[in-house]
Amino acid sequence: MPVLEKGSAQTWRRRTTGENLFRWFGWLIGVAIFVACWQQISEATTWFFVWDAPRIAGDIWTRATPPRWGYITQLGRPIWDTLNIATLGTLIAICLAVPVAFMAARNTTPSVLFIRPVALLVIVSSRSINSLIWALLLIAIIGPGVFAGTIAIAIRSIGFCSKLLYEAIEEIDHTQVEAISATGASRWQVMAYGIVPQILPAFAGIAVFRWDINIRESTVLGLVGAGGIGLQLSASLNVLAWPQVSLILLVILAAVMISEWVSAKVRGAII
Amino acid sequence: MSHRELEDMLGKGWRKPPFVSNPKLRWGLIVGFFAYLVAAFMTIEVDWGRVYVGLDRGWAFILAFTSPDFTGRASDIWSGLLESIVMTVAASVVGILISIPIGLGAARNIAPLPIYLVCRGIVAISRALQEIIVAILLVAIFGFGPLAGFLTLSFATIGFLSKLLAEDIEAMDKVQAEAIKASGARWLQWINYGVQPQVMPRLVGLSMYRIDINFRESAILGLVGAGGIGATLNTAFDRYEYDTAAAILILIIGIVMSLEYLSGIIRSKVQ
Repeated sequence: MPVLEKGSAQTWRRRTTGENLFRWFGWLIGVAIFVACWQQISEATTWFFVWDAPRIAGDIWTRATPPRWGYITQLGRPIWDTLNIATLGTLIAICLAVPVAFMAARNTTPSVLFIRPVALLVIVSSRSINSLIWALLLIAIIGPGVFAGTIAIAIRSIGFCSKLLYEAIEEIDHTQVEAISATGASRWQVMAYGIVPQILPAFAGIAVFRWDINIRESTVLGLVGAGGIGLQLSASLNVLAWPQVSLILLVILAAVMISEWVSAKVRGAII
Repeated sequence: MSHRELEDMLGKGWRKPPFVSNPKLRWGLIVGFFAYLVAAFMTIEVDWGRVYVGLDRGWAFILAFTSPDFTGRASDIWSGLLESIVMTVAASVVGILISIPIGLGAARNIAPLPIYLVCRGIVAISRALQEIIVAILLVAIFGFGPLAGFLTLSFATIGFLSKLLAEDIEAMDKVQAEAIKASGARWLQWINYGVQPQVMPRLVGLSMYRIDINFRESAILGLVGAGGIGATLNTAFDRYEYDTAAAILILIIGIVMSLEYLSGIIRSKVQ
């Protein structure tokens, strides 16, 4: 235990002098990096606009309130589109994620050496790229619209669902699988009666959780032209119709809260 | 023994129990789900002609991944990437520093009720608003550039980290904190020696995870003018320069993968 002797008295300390120096040095480097980063940001900022910000914020607030409630009649269809993008996207993603997850899980993959790395690569690339970027890409390929948004959401969700699902598969209880195979079941029967029942609750939970996230993400997909309520948002922003913007933001907020509530309820019922 | 009784003794054979045990609810869910699917498919307009025309371009994009162009727009890519990294580092540091006091305040077993409500309110607001929407508003207020992106990411970090930190503090072992309090510690000492050691491993893990998320999000903030690699990527897509876009995507995937690997190492060290 590091003890500092001061005259005759002994004082307890948490770390030795060497450890203290090492930590101090680490903090110094960390602070230096942060200061360097801040300098970069500060150089790229027009500070005049920042000092002016409170006035601008107040100005936007007065323009945006009260929201233009009448506009809500035109938001029905976009909300329906948003819901479709999220739900159909999640469905497609789940269908594709299940085989990927089985290929990525160490205990069910057909080949640890060849197929597992490919599955893991699919998961990582799908997860590291945001759905907005997928949407940009798909709009360039298949044209703007709800379809591009659905596919973008689906591609983005594959990685998330597969990752959580393959972790669930790797954590299953092996004795149940052995019991099923001891009865002489085939590979597929072992899958259906030994593995699937164990991961079904996790699977349903993952699907609903991802659906909730997808509702959030699909509300902004329209900003790049992929359908849904984001289209209305970007159109209103472009013409500086702030009362419409505030109404749309309120609608998005409500949609997000409802979807979170639904997902929490369903997951609570399953688990 | 009659024939009837023998059949009863043999039973009907085992069947898998259904996932939802209440038959009315089960069939209601199935029928409702298919009705929704039909309605959703009826309203999605897919221009198959456009999709077919775009397939060539999609194939060209996939081919571009085999020959990504890192050099053609090297200066744009590097400045964008550097800005993304700078925003990520600065926003993560500031976000984590702010979210610690808010996380303490949002834990019911530490904070008095008024502080608890205020902190929970901040967390709820930060979690309900998506990054991209916050970025749009902040760009409108603070002007284009990385400052808006930095503020957006810090704001999002606060909601994420404070909530999870508060949940961890609420689930901590009370006995250790009481022991420190019984030794006559002041409030700050109580937090430092009774609470902090218990939640530190999880805080480090969550912070690493949030840095990872922040980098991924910083890649899209450029779409709305908040700095980072997103603007470069958007331009590359708009000009159909798929080889440049592929290079940027490969860089993003590579950085996310290495961050994930790094955070895995750090998390296994502290836990």
